[in-house]
Amino acid sequence: MDMLSALAQGFAVAITPTNLALALFGCFAGTLIGALPGLGPVNGVAILIPLAFSLGLEPTSALIMLSCIYYGCMYGGRISSIMLNIPGDEPAIMTTLDGYPMARAGKASEALAISAVASFIGATFATIGLTLFAPLLAKAAIYFGPADYFALYVMAFATIGGITSVNPFKTLLAAFIGLMIATVGLDPATGTARYTAGSFHLYDGFDPIVAIVGLFAISEVLVYLERVHQGETKMVPLGRALPRFKDMMSGGWANLRGSVIGFVCGILPGAGASLGAFMSYIAEQRWSAKDGKFGQGDPRGIAAPEAGNNAASGGALIPMLTLGVPGSGTTAVMLALLISLNIQPGPLLFDRQPELVWGLIAALYLANVALLIMNIPMIGLFTRMLSMPQWVLMPFVVMVSFLGVYSISHSTFDLFVMVGFGVIGYILRMLGISLVPVILGLLLGADMENNLRRALSISNGDFQILVSSPIALTLYAITATMLGLAFLLAFRARRRNRAAAG
Amino acid sequence: MRKLSKLFGAAVVWTSLSVAGATAAECIAPADPGGGWDFTCRTIGKMLFDQKRVDAPVQVTNMPGGVGAVAYAKVMSSRADDADLMVATSTVGVTQIAQGKYPADTSVMRWVAMLGTDVGVILVPKDSEFKTLDDLVAALKKDPSALAVAGSSGAGGWDHIRLLMLAQAAGLSGDDYKQIRWVQFDGGSPAVTQMIGGQVQAVSTDLGEIAGFVESGDVRILAALSDDRIPAFPDAPTAKEQGLDVTGYNWRGFYTGGEVSDEGYSAWVDRLQNLYDTDDWKETAQANGLVPVWRGGDEFEAYVKDQSEQMRKISQEIGVIK
Repeated sequence: MDMLSALAQGFAVAITPTNLALALFGCFAGTLIGALPGLGPVNGVAILIPLAFSLGLEPTSALIMLSCIYYGCMYGGRISSIMLNIPGDEPAIMTTLDGYPMARAGKASEALAISAVASFIGATFATIGLTLFAPLLAKAAIYFGPADYFALYVMAFATIGGITSVNPFKTLLAAFIGLMIATVGLDPATGTARYTAGSFHLYDGFDPIVAIVGLFAISEVLVYLERVHQGETKMVPLGRALPRFKDMMSGGWANLRGSVIGFVCGILPGAGASLGAFMSYIAEQRWSAKDGKFGQGDPRGIAAPEAGNNAASGGALIPMLTLGVPGSGTTAVMLALLISLNIQPGPLLFDRQPELVWGLIAALYLANVALLIMNIPMIGLFTRMLSMPQWVLMPFVVMVSFLGVYSISHSTFDLFVMVGFGVIGYILRMLGISLVPVILGLLLGADMENNLRRALSISNGDFQILVSSPIALTLYAITATMLGLAFLLAFRARRRNRAAAG
Repeated sequence: MRKLSKLFGAAVVWTSLSVAGATAAECIAPADPGGGWDFTCRTIGKMLFDQKRVDAPVQVTNMPGGVGAVAYAKVMSSRADDADLMVATSTVGVTQIAQGKYPADTSVMRWVAMLGTDVGVILVPKDSEFKTLDDLVAALKKDPSALAVAGSSGAGGWDHIRLLMLAQAAGLSGDDYKQIRWVQFDGGSPAVTQMIGGQVQAVSTDLGEIAGFVESGDVRILAALSDDRIPAFPDAPTAKEQGLDVTGYNWRGFYTGGEVSDEGYSAWVDRLQNLYDTDDWKETAQANGLVPVWRGGDEFEAYVKDQSEQMRKISQEIGVIK
């Protein structure tokens, strides 16, 4: 009951007019920032920190506003994924797989509605988890060592081949291209430069956001130019402007399954929302393998990763608040904000500044509701985007891409990198290779390598450490089961086909 | 339709405003948002404006890359005479310069001032078998590969070097250094949580980021690498008291371009010194685990030069560079 009264006090803090207004502003700005390709939660929060300072906000108010921007970005990232096949931020890449095909089929409003509902369920699930179990779950993060992280990434890569409906070998090839790109830069363990060609600009490797904008947005423009040249211009059927309630809920149980998996990935520092979205998608695809049309616009293929990435973003707040360990890039920025407001996150935060923590949690509940209410009417607005002539839309995409990328590091070098990735993305598309696994390889590859290196530094080079912890063993067992099941299903399907043919 | 384009128009204008920024003072944090350099720029920038020492809010620009090398190259090549600009740096940056990982040595910049310093500490979990620094050093002497130690930098970084300086003072040498198991994490907090989880046996890092774990009693400070005991933790002994004459500060300060006029340079030194003299700064510093220490102008120039030279020597002695 202690918790309930604390939460009630939290609501009292959050519901003051100033905080409420800030929360609404944060939700709105966040959705917009998330929707623009290249501008994700990291720069969204970073750009608005000065605003929090110049308004002279109380720490609690500042934190509420920035957390709402953070949640809003997570909602917003899906919009350009679905409408344009250009992920608004890293975690939204999985949403392109089923969201874009659905929009092409004239069901854009349904896809946006499903994802809005999924985002709401995922984020609310995570906020409830944060309310009830934060201090307890922080312990889980403590006992998850480098070898266990490595096992988690092995699981991700073992299942990567199955994420697209096309040739699994091409998908694997794409993931390996991503892994290779991830090796560029300073080796974190020793500080040695790898494949940098002597350029300081490559010391930190390729920024995944720059790669995403290049691969998806710039290559989209190139593909468009080619189509215009060949005289092909196809209008997308518009469909209904606002979805029916029944369609909104067609994600079904995928919403909840995605939430659980995403939340678990979120509380592990470092893994974060991208892994959450990916794991949720993979699991959902396996779960509904029999009747699913994944990759061609399955509602569950939108619901699961969206619930997953929103649950993960909520989950990532747990290690940030209780341990001072950011679970994702954005929480790292928020951590910096807390510290500059003279608040030390860590094991004592809940005891020392309960009004801040519970005010924040209450604000997150309110933000979720506000985001859902705000997002449903906005669907009508965003679906109109498809009726915009392409010659208006495409220059706009180019402009936003350049602005977004430049705002990250203020370097023209990154703009060249972005264009380079655009050309690579165009070539890969022409070869029928999916771009999503390239990004997954890049995003997860670096973490996978770092954790392998850490595990081996701890054991002094003895590989046995990788299979000596019960958590790692459990993860390997799950991976083996998933792979075994996949082979068994493929084998059965082939036999059935043969029987039907003979 | 019109509504939509208005919406996007507003977003773009607003974005470009925040990208292009005003012409007023600018602070480059040569790292992603969220790190120590970002903190230095944002905190000092905010205080400079709050205390009306600059006319407009200080624009913070994140320019990550090569542990500060990208920003160093940029200032050197195109903003060497920009008196509105300062760049955050610390001992970590000087370590990189000393090891030849920047495009030039310290002489190409004008070093403005340091305003505070973080203190290196050696930490163990609360129920560790090591009760004193002696216990830990004895274990390392017996078998340098006996325990895994973690920190926020890679091998050869400042956290690692401080540990090896202790080992050197304790009489270990060349080959032993390479046998000490060193594990890099992305920050002090991850290193400490992994130590609490039993993955490593000790941590060498800055106190500021992880002070909460000391207060909560989850970890103990075996040694503070400072001249005197840390005011916030008077019970924690220094390495000096325990017979190993090693200090390892991580100061926070600023440089500006090498061709900035004497006027522009001393304007920055004065502004920062006036800021340093306020109670406001002392409180902020202490709340963030920093010890307020002032070195500015010529004194700071000389200090950075010395430190870089000293760091190069240490790095050679412990085999990080040739």
